[in-house]
Amino acid sequence: MPSESRSVDGTRAEPGWALLFAAWLLTAVAAAGSLFFSYVMGFAPCVLCWYQRICLFPLVLILARGLFPLDRSVVKYALPLTVVGWLFAGYHNLIYFRFVPESLSPCAQGVSCSEEYVKLLGFLSIPMMSWLAFTITALLLVLVQRRPSS
Amino acid sequence: MKRALFVATSLVLVGGFFFAAQQFRENRTEALGFLSQEQAQTFVRPHSPRYGPSDAKVFLVEFTDPACETCAAFGPILKKLMEPHADKIQLVIRYAPFHEGAVDVVRLLEAARMQGKYWETLDLVYRSQSAWTEHHRVQAGNLWQILSQHGDLDMELLSQDVDDPAIRDIIEQDMADVQTLGVRKTPGIFVNGRPLEPFGVERLQQLIEEEVAASY
Repeated sequence: MPSESRSVDGTRAEPGWALLFAAWLLTAVAAAGSLFFSYVMGFAPCVLCWYQRICLFPLVLILARGLFPLDRSVVKYALPLTVVGWLFAGYHNLIYFRFVPESLSPCAQGVSCSEEYVKLLGFLSIPMMSWLAFTITALLLVLVQRRPSS
Repeated sequence: MKRALFVATSLVLVGGFFFAAQQFRENRTEALGFLSQEQAQTFVRPHSPRYGPSDAKVFLVEFTDPACETCAAFGPILKKLMEPHADKIQLVIRYAPFHEGAVDVVRLLEAARMQGKYWETLDLVYRSQSAWTEHHRVQAGNLWQILSQHGDLDMELLSQDVDDPAIRDIIEQDMADVQTLGVRKTPGIFVNGRPLEPFGVERLQQLIEEEVAASY
């Protein structure tokens, strides 16, 4: 990937900015939603939720930093976090849908990882929302990286 | 331009968060009414048997001892007082088994509840009270006989369920709340947390009217 990018005004000179902005917006909304669930609605986060948050929260700051000026090497730092969070979210969904027995999971004690707290539109559980957010963020970041710079 | 978009989006997110939080809290306070108060859970536990609409805003909490005569007499009185506000008031049964052996009766009631026969069993227990108490002491054998004759219960299942640790937990929690709330006599009655003082049917009716008027 060429490291130089022309710093001309307008979106056209900065391909990928909109994609990176979308990724940032998504992580910001996800982080806000996660905080809403725990601090406003009072759900206690389970262990797996914490691991996903550890990956999610820094993304909000890191991606924002990459926007001004557009620095597409931000993907290099953001993608590992996204992938790790995505793996935790995937594992969480396996437990949630009982593909993996909860007794073998690290969260058998304390808050249950398979407890259903919310279900939006009939299928969106919290682990599912997390998985979707990480998936889309990862896709967006890959697109940002692949975008030709001129 | 991009900076402006970023800043505006951030502000919308932060503002939206606090607005949504505010809305959520207000909705919940309104939906729960009395239950949103900090102390409310000492009066109404999730495990407690409840009679009446789930969206009621007035909670008539009765700490009862199944072996207490006044509690038995109050059974039908409470229902009658609730009748005019049937859609606004919920009866919550808590246990204060002060009489000797009364804990066993509570176990029976909770075991009957597992069979979905709580309220009719409570009714039967109250009505037949004089037949299974002697000098204020519970004669559990008599009660078993009455329940097997008049109750519509699976007695074998009942005898297993009375030892369920979940029932023990309920009784322990209720007794802890009895201490916290200073319930020394039964029935210990609270309407939305306000104790029935001085004790009496008329005063209870007045409390109910006041709380219905305040909550609706």
